[in-house]
Amino acid sequence: MDIVLQQLVNGLTLGSVYGLIAIGYTMVYGIIGMINFAHGDVYMVSSYITAIAIALISALLTFLGFESFLVVIIGTLFLTIVVTGAYGWVIERVAYRPLRNSSRLAVLISAIGMSLILQNYVQLSQGANQQGVPTMLTGALRFHVGDGFVQITYMKVFILIAAFAGMGILTYVIQKTKLGRMCRATQQDRKMASILGIDTDKIISTVFVIGATMAALAGVLITLDYGAFDFYIGFIIGIKAFTAAVLGGIGSLPGAMLGGLILGLSEALFAGLISSDYKDVFSFSLLVLILIIRPSGLLGKPEVEKV
Amino acid sequence: MSNAVVRKTLISLAVAGAATLAQADVVIGVAGPHTGAYAAFGEQLWKGAEKAAQDINAAGGINGEMITLVKADDACEPKQAVSVANRLVDSDGALAVVGHFCSSSSIPASKIYEEAGVIMVTPASTNPTLTDQGLPNVFRVCGRDDQQGDVAASYIVDKLGAKRIAVIHDKDTYGKGLADAMKSTLNAYGVKEVMYEGLTRGEKDFNALITKIRSVDADVVYFGGLHSEAGPLVRQLREQGSKAIFISGDGIVSDEFVSVAGSPEYVDGVLMTFGAPPTSYPSGAKVIKEFRDAGYEPEGYTLYSYTAMQVAVAALANNNLDPIKGAEWLKTHSVDTVMGKKDFDEKGDLTVSDYVMYEWDAQGKYNVVD
Repeated sequence: MDIVLQQLVNGLTLGSVYGLIAIGYTMVYGIIGMINFAHGDVYMVSSYITAIAIALISALLTFLGFESFLVVIIGTLFLTIVVTGAYGWVIERVAYRPLRNSSRLAVLISAIGMSLILQNYVQLSQGANQQGVPTMLTGALRFHVGDGFVQITYMKVFILIAAFAGMGILTYVIQKTKLGRMCRATQQDRKMASILGIDTDKIISTVFVIGATMAALAGVLITLDYGAFDFYIGFIIGIKAFTAAVLGGIGSLPGAMLGGLILGLSEALFAGLISSDYKDVFSFSLLVLILIIRPSGLLGKPEVEKV
Repeated sequence: MSNAVVRKTLISLAVAGAATLAQADVVIGVAGPHTGAYAAFGEQLWKGAEKAAQDINAAGGINGEMITLVKADDACEPKQAVSVANRLVDSDGALAVVGHFCSSSSIPASKIYEEAGVIMVTPASTNPTLTDQGLPNVFRVCGRDDQQGDVAASYIVDKLGAKRIAVIHDKDTYGKGLADAMKSTLNAYGVKEVMYEGLTRGEKDFNALITKIRSVDADVVYFGGLHSEAGPLVRQLREQGSKAIFISGDGIVSDEFVSVAGSPEYVDGVLMTFGAPPTSYPSGAKVIKEFRDAGYEPEGYTLYSYTAMQVAVAALANNNLDPIKGAEWLKTHSVDTVMGKKDFDEKGDLTVSDYVMYEWDAQGKYNVVD
């Protein structure tokens, strides 16, 4: 029993992070119909920014003569989100906007190129080694269940809260604000939206920035929790998050979050109860199965051919 | 420009070209993961080989000819290893190669060196298959995983008296080979592992696997793999409140293991098998001092790489730069190195294996367990 509960906790934390990254894939797909293959690498860049931000802020605090985990973490979140958002904006500007009216394939190739550029840029500027950040928050909650126990580190609690808060804020922005309305309008019909006076180029930029900020949030959380990263981590987690987005229905925001959670939970439960050798096989089989039953994903809307 | 001037220029260029060729006589490749997640090991290899080449050149080179090193980056990927091996033998004209690091790279590359008649001396690839292939040109200056697995298994059974052992590997040639070697000795002792599973290289979240380790109530976790996965694994093990003893092999011999794990407190008490301290041989004292004076601690495989270079050079120097004869020569002659006298058997393995158990402490350093 304790083991199943522990696996649920493992799966939820992993899944919430997948969900955060999946948001970037799904929103970009929703609005311009392209798969942003560089998104996983934006997440990777945010890990490096996190490490740099932690070092900067800690050094500043030591200089000022006090120590506070809260200041470091809030400062790091803020700094990483802003800088990674800027990366998202620049990437869209440089790699995608010039190709706005060309075929979808051209943008796709451009995205793959961007992904390689980011990886090599980080490798050259930061070195190819494994990087680590020291543990910031230690200690754990321990619940006794029957004979065993479920142990959740404070860091994992923080991840869950922050990830769900991030998703909540984003949902509010998209559903309730003027910016969100403009995003949804652009997603439904870009030409009509621009006729009605929406600056669609600006909205597309904004969507890239939003995707990057969510990846940055995931980057900060994961980096603080696992403490280890290198220039190549964007690849595996990018594939997983993309799978989550497709699972939930690409283009659908709640779908990305749901897809992330389902993928995280299924990986953890399969690895924990059956075999960790084949957990990826299981996840992808699940994806195939869902796509056979619901070709547009769990919460995706069937594509209507526009005439 | 008159014709005469052109001719003169061309001649002087040709002379200059010949001069450069004459200087770069003996090309030796240094192949390993110089980039990628395992670049820390590539750096150890390069530092050791570079220092050895400098020292040998300063002492007059190989029979008066200077060594030129060529760096070959395999990123610890079998496919890339094959392509850089081809490059080393074809366009660089290497006579010997120090490398590769990962067994999964060394094994495919070794066949290319064999076809080209090039000596290969690996400082670090411990998978038994490498020398069991029966290639005449392959040598290693480290031990074999079956020997390493023996040492680990007997330590677990005799010293720790553990009964519940979880065996984890990274599904790679080295990691799985080592885990399997340990497992078979363990089974020969009559101890059956409680769990045997693989994880995916490159991932960082092993929480699900760790919960499973907890569920089988393991008191020892044996991991076959490299530090980039071992770090997060041991950290998450502790974070989930498991006190199981963590044991691994020579794939975690790097200071980076500590930084990847997050802090020294997580690696405290981690055990690993590795050759007897490479810095303990009197013959290496001078080189070690020079390394330290230059601000570099020759950790992990640095001295192994130095040794591999000395072995390759000795084979070439005593056989008129003929690598095929050199390989035969190595099997009947011993070589004096910074890690003592080295003798090779018919397969190219060392005749003496010297694996011992090390323990990491709370300062993030490792020491031999008495």
